[in-house]
Amino acid sequence: MLVSENETLKNNIIKWAEELGKDRTILLPLLQRVQKKYSSISPYAMQIIADLLDIHPVEVYSVVSFYSFLNDEPKGRFVIRLCRTISCEMSGRDRIARQLQNELGIAFGETTPDSRFTLEWTNCMGMCDLGPAMMVNDVVFTEMTPEKAHEIVERCRQTFSAFALQNKQEG
Amino acid sequence: MNTKTNHDRTCRAPKSVKGYSIKTSPDKTQIGGQVTVTINDHAIKVPLGTTILEASKSLGINIPTLCNHDDLCVAGVCRICVVEVEGQRNLQAACAFPVTSPIKVRTHSRRVRHARRHILDLMLAKHYGECYSCTRNGNCELQNLAEEYGVDFYRFGHLKEPRYTVDNSSYAVVRDMDKCILCRRCIRTCIDMQEVGVLGAINRGDKTKIATFLDKPLAEVICINCGQCINRCPTAALKAKDPTDEVWAAIDDPTKHVVIQTAPSPRAAIAECFGVEPGTALTFEMNTALKRCGFNKVFDTNFTADLTIIEEGTELILRLYKALVKKDPGVAETIPQFTSCSPGWVKFIEHFYPEFLPHVSSAKSPQQMFGALIKTYYAQQNNLDPANIVSVALMPCSAKKFECNRPEMISSGYKDVDYGLTTRELAKMIKEAGVDLLKMEKSDFDDPFGSATGSGVIFGATGGVMESALRCVIELVTGKKVENLFDHAEITPVRGFEGSRIAELTIGDVGPVPDLLKHLVPDWNWLRGVTLKLGVCHGTANAKKVLEDIRNGGPFSQCQFIEFMACPGGCLGGGGQPIPTTPEIRAARARAIYAEDRRSTIRKSHENPAILSLYKEFLTDGPCGKVSHKLLHTHYVARGKYILA
Ligand code: SF4
Ligand code: SF4
Ligand code: SF4
Ligand code: FES
Ligand code: FES
Repeated sequence: MLVSENETLKNNIIKWAEELGKDRTILLPLLQRVQKKYSSISPYAMQIIADLLDIHPVEVYSVVSFYSFLNDEPKGRFVIRLCRTISCEMSGRDRIARQLQNELGIAFGETTPDSRFTLEWTNCMGMCDLGPAMMVNDVVFTEMTPEKAHEIVERCRQTFSAFALQNKQEG
Repeated sequence: MNTKTNHDRTCRAPKSVKGYSIKTSPDKTQIGGQVTVTINDHAIKVPLGTTILEASKSLGINIPTLCNHDDLCVAGVCRICVVEVEGQRNLQAACAFPVTSPIKVRTHSRRVRHARRHILDLMLAKHYGECYSCTRNGNCELQNLAEEYGVDFYRFGHLKEPRYTVDNSSYAVVRDMDKCILCRRCIRTCIDMQEVGVLGAINRGDKTKIATFLDKPLAEVICINCGQCINRCPTAALKAKDPTDEVWAAIDDPTKHVVIQTAPSPRAAIAECFGVEPGTALTFEMNTALKRCGFNKVFDTNFTADLTIIEEGTELILRLYKALVKKDPGVAETIPQFTSCSPGWVKFIEHFYPEFLPHVSSAKSPQQMFGALIKTYYAQQNNLDPANIVSVALMPCSAKKFECNRPEMISSGYKDVDYGLTTRELAKMIKEAGVDLLKMEKSDFDDPFGSATGSGVIFGATGGVMESALRCVIELVTGKKVENLFDHAEITPVRGFEGSRIAELTIGDVGPVPDLLKHLVPDWNWLRGVTLKLGVCHGTANAKKVLEDIRNGGPFSQCQFIEFMACPGGCLGGGGQPIPTTPEIRAARARAIYAEDRRSTIRKSHENPAILSLYKEFLTDGPCGKVSHKLLHTHYVARGKYILA
């Protein structure tokens, strides 16, 4: 079972690497694809990537550990990132933080036991005029209130995709 | 002579960028054009592309450096080398600023001094530990700078608690990241110079640290224990695992018979630990000093280097004989034969090219051969119980510490070599014993292995194994003296520091088969007129190139025998040698080694009388016979490079 999973992972990586052009410059785009599809970059994946790009696994690991949006260990299906930088802090991020913690029963940096949610801090994402801001996977939410936080978490519980959230917000 | 092992300073640049980078010769005068740079009001003309650091050096102006190292590509990360360049708003890193137009530079203005002091203070703020309880006390680039810049208090504080646990897992290298200043020399060493790729910087900002893949302990990753990173580290963040306490305990124990074998390279370098110019050999002074420290016997590893030549040479002859005369295709596939005396190289091939393992000679390294003989032959001859013998090996190498702990290295029935000491550790023991090495009278090595040949000495330099093997092969096969073919028996085509090279030797007339080999081959006729191609390479980055070349059927695949050494320059540049090691220092040590070879009277392994009597009395079934296979040969493990999470 595990073997075949790794096998498909490997085939996918090889395919993407061919598409992107097998050079060490494609490291980031390749990692992003793996991250997007598998929501984490496993040690096995890192070693396959290193082999394909003719670099060392530790170099891949170094890049993965550098970027917050790449991770080597699986995170929750929904990764909620609340901005902690000064503008958002001043517009009331603490209330949102408390709400999220109560709602999910976990602290920042943790993942719920059912692997649904991961709660994290992030730094400024350029939404300072619309603070407090947060992200759920790659969707940004602005002008957060505790009620809105509750609603978003509820909606995540009921759906399986962050895109459902996005449509709702845009709509 | 250019002694850099890796000329391509853009080796890690992506292919897309490499297209635009100009392949520059390390010799800057080749780029063309001169430019005037004015440093602190002194004008000097330098070749275009010279860095401010190099230009200053030629004016006798010292600029401090931490991340810069002569063996490595430019990094420009530590910023301690900042200088003021007229017209530039920010301070510039002298090590990474190539002069391309006439510029004016100030190297110690107030602004520069302040910046440097701040950088130092910031480094010390994250530095845990005290100099007196540190292995690098007195030989630390950070400590030196703190002294030079008059640090007398910690402006930004100093850590009271360690941030990391020390990684003690490896037999060879200890990592204490609390002393790391993130200069990334080790990364560049391991990736660019050695192409092993163990170390990298992980995380970001103040959480950055130097780590292995998945932050695993060093023993669980693909480290080949070469210790080159130790030799580049400016601080004590990387150090060799030090067994001196155990060695002292053995010396203090009256029931133990403590013997030490000393490899060729440490004697050409140990003087550096006592403040002497590189390139001074202190072989015989060191013998006396070792006795004064309390070792019962001092042996010369050259003896087993000679033995290695005989065993490995016989193995090669057998392989060639089986392949050329007996037409055995299985054996033909294992040619070229690879040397096996460098344990770092052995682990490299076990990890990265396990499919090539059948090429590696089964002969043990000289250190391990000696270990096996000491606890058998020597013990018998002297009526000693091998259980009471403690066998220590003085080596220029940290991988030797790993090697002597390999589980298969117990062919004497005991651990063949108990402890591996590096040159640095022995220097420390000599100092601790209060022995003034430089004032010691000379004394010779102890019997029964006393005499060694010059051939053994040159094992320490790249090409040395090849040259010794050639001296033997030429004489054994042709029956003629090497001196008739090469001046002073110096086979210069295999010498030098180029990363990899091939020498050719055509065998003309053949002589009779000498007694030692009579039972193995009937005659030499099959070698008449054969051209032997012999490869030499040093540094595992070059080893990788050679192996890839063989895989692609390139010139190295035509060789019969290839010498590999894990360390740049061979053992004389080993990871256990005095710090610093630079291209110039390696060249000086090589001169000392070749000078010693010139001085020795017997110059060929197969003429060494102690070797001949060993085969007469102990290894009675000759080279590659049963006994020698049990004691002097070994096997390897296909490790592979994949690490499971
Ligand atoms: S690494 Fe250098 S500065 Fe740090 S404690 Fe050791 S000797 Fe002192
Ligand atoms: S000992 Fe050699 S292989 Fe191991 S980390 Fe250091 S440089 Fe790399
Ligand atoms: S371990 Fe040593 S060489 Fe490596 S970054 Fe730290 S201080 Fe520099
Ligand atoms: S401060 Fe939160 S988005 Fe800029
Ligand atoms: S020595 Fe120049 S930046 Fe480190």
